[in-house]
Amino acid sequence: MAAGVARRVNFVDAFLWAFRLVVVAVVVWGTVGTLRLGRYTGEQWVDFVIFGLAQGGIYALIALGYTMVYGILRMINFAHGEVFMSGAYTAYFVAAPLAASGFLNRHPILSLLLLVGVAAAVSLGVAVLVERVAYRPLRRAPRLVPLITAIGASFFLQYAFRGLYGSGFKAYPEFELFKGEWQVLGVGILRTQAVVLVSAAVLMFSLYQFVMRTKVGKAMRAVSEDKDAAALMGIDVDRIIVLTFAIGGAAAGAAGILYALVFKQVHFFMGFVPGIKAFTSAVLGGIGNIPGAMLGGLFLGVVESVGPALFLDGLGIPAPYQLKDVIAFTMLVMVLIFRPQGILGERLAAKRA
Amino acid sequence: MSKARAIWALLLGLLVATGAWVATEAAPVRMGPVTDDWGVVRVARGQPIVIAYWLVVAGPDASLGVDSRRGIEIAIDDKKTVAGHPVRLIGEDTGCNAEGGTTAATKLAANRQIVAAVGSSCSSEAVPGAPILCKAGIVTVSPSNTAPKLTDPNRGPEYACYLRTAHNDLVQGRAAAQFAYHVLGVRRAATVHDGSPYAEGLANVFADVFKRLGGTITSQEAVSPTDTDMRPVLTRIAAGKPDLIYYPIFIAAGGHITRQAKEVAGLERVKLMSADGTFSPDFWKAAGEAARGMYHSSPDLSVEALGTKYQQFLDKHQKKYGEKPLSAFHAHAYDAAMMIFAAIEKVAKKDAQGNTYIGRKALRDALFATRNFPGITGTLTCNPYGDCADPKIAVYQTISADPAKWNPGTDPKKVWSMKR
Repeated sequence: MAAGVARRVNFVDAFLWAFRLVVVAVVVWGTVGTLRLGRYTGEQWVDFVIFGLAQGGIYALIALGYTMVYGILRMINFAHGEVFMSGAYTAYFVAAPLAASGFLNRHPILSLLLLVGVAAAVSLGVAVLVERVAYRPLRRAPRLVPLITAIGASFFLQYAFRGLYGSGFKAYPEFELFKGEWQVLGVGILRTQAVVLVSAAVLMFSLYQFVMRTKVGKAMRAVSEDKDAAALMGIDVDRIIVLTFAIGGAAAGAAGILYALVFKQVHFFMGFVPGIKAFTSAVLGGIGNIPGAMLGGLFLGVVESVGPALFLDGLGIPAPYQLKDVIAFTMLVMVLIFRPQGILGERLAAKRA
Repeated sequence: MSKARAIWALLLGLLVATGAWVATEAAPVRMGPVTDDWGVVRVARGQPIVIAYWLVVAGPDASLGVDSRRGIEIAIDDKKTVAGHPVRLIGEDTGCNAEGGTTAATKLAANRQIVAAVGSSCSSEAVPGAPILCKAGIVTVSPSNTAPKLTDPNRGPEYACYLRTAHNDLVQGRAAAQFAYHVLGVRRAATVHDGSPYAEGLANVFADVFKRLGGTITSQEAVSPTDTDMRPVLTRIAAGKPDLIYYPIFIAAGGHITRQAKEVAGLERVKLMSADGTFSPDFWKAAGEAARGMYHSSPDLSVEALGTKYQQFLDKHQKKYGEKPLSAFHAHAYDAAMMIFAAIEKVAKKDAQGNTYIGRKALRDALFATRNFPGITGTLTCNPYGDCADPKIAVYQTISADPAKWNPGTDPKKVWSMKR
């Protein structure tokens, strides 16, 4: 019996090792091939990385909501992509008249702050409402039940927006201030992307400080470690849960404005793909872990942007950007096989779950 | 034990039933005065002849299908009766994807009263949907599918009931390549498709013809319809230094490429060109000011090209719906419906009581035998693989990019039309 178990483990190990070697071999072969082709200039590689970081910053901000809710409730809030959408979509109705009256370009910074404020407020409201209606009544239900209501809430929000505002696209106004490039250390960076990178970094840093340094942050960490013990220590668990949804929602709303700055259009289905990608980022970084979500988001963004050109060009695969999701999700499978707790995840989290 | 036996009995029963079904399908059906290999539809005296549409009439691409449905409705108004019966139009939404096409075709195939169908809207729907209708013996004419493979000589017998009045993209791709090479004078071009049969087919035809004319295709890329960040793929395109990017895709992804192209280093001066899939005021909403100056290849819907018949159609459209057509395939849908009506009248037979019988295979053969049919879009003649169009392709250039000013011909301005 013991020998049998040992042999089975060995076989699985051998398979996983072979899988790892094959993936590494393909990656190395592709990379060497691409670099030998010399199709891209150094400047273009830098562009790839910057495009990836800007996209990754948006993923990271959304991923924070997934990871914080998971940390506290051990559930995946699949409606989070729609929370992101509702903020960006609603802020459009503020942005359009601002642009039409010329205020947007006279006071761009003020307008941007106003838009972020509106989007964050709406997303916060939607997130808290979803928690109240779809999750709180099911707090003691088996884990799969809130997962299903999350998907229901997600559909409800999508089709509510479709019903209210139609299924077409809405084009976000452009900020004159953010057109063109800035030169940073001799590299041209698109202004919108610079704004997105800096804002995402500031937001993430302040959120991290909030969780690590304030009293409420400490309470959140306590609830995440042990709900019952936290309640015995006098922490109002329900209030902390609402607060977690609120903060995650506000971050998603801010991410929605950054998304609109870069992609300049919104529609009712825009939350779905970024939501899935942000969830992937959260798992990549170690779900439940805040710096992990940030790292996972940036990592996923860069891999999506650089990966197809770097790994696949050298293998002679035509139109490699069609396969960028394959690269992203292969990365996820690799991480789940070899480091189930994620890049920065702690073993503790796995034990508790 | 008894359970196992019950299962065996059930399996055997199924087998027999399937066998019987296949047998009845293969043998000619006799009903009233008509014998037909594919079956016969009996329309009782005074009852309507049922025609079905399967078009995208809901969701983000609804303008395409609603536009076609209005063409059919105007054709029914004009025709009034077919073989002495009124016409009833029923239909299903197809969603502009393969799943929607399958669902709609399956629902229509279950209705034995349907004589013929008009559809589908998107080529991706027709690829799985048309064989389902063919199996049920329902002939279908598409007003807007343009993917070359649907009427390819090697398309296979499962598409034997499929025809179209829309142009084949072999024609549109060739026209776009000729315009790019001869009129714009570009020599290096890149293409982008989104994995749909329509976009991939059109991008490949463009690339083939452009190379044959003497141009260089710097790269052929693909994105997915839900992608938003196009900058990496555009950077890859920039590495090949093209003068023109041809991206015959749909509105969402097309809007992102249009907006992001000029932001990528090396593409500041590149010319942009898309096709009929994005030829809509909705595209201007998605692309914004970045669309100014770009080109679209699309069917030529000017009164100069189509004649006074088209002007009369537009007047009826304005009167009935109170607005301009929503997309580019209303006239093709009108012609598809009229072609079907003419074929029904050719094959319908009446019995002594005044009931009408229509043989399904006879109707199919009559449609494929269409010669010199006078339609709005031209003089239609069907080839053995179902291509019936008299294609007229034009190239339009966007002037204002303001959706409120959308008026094909003046803005976007018609800058070239295909020589024939």
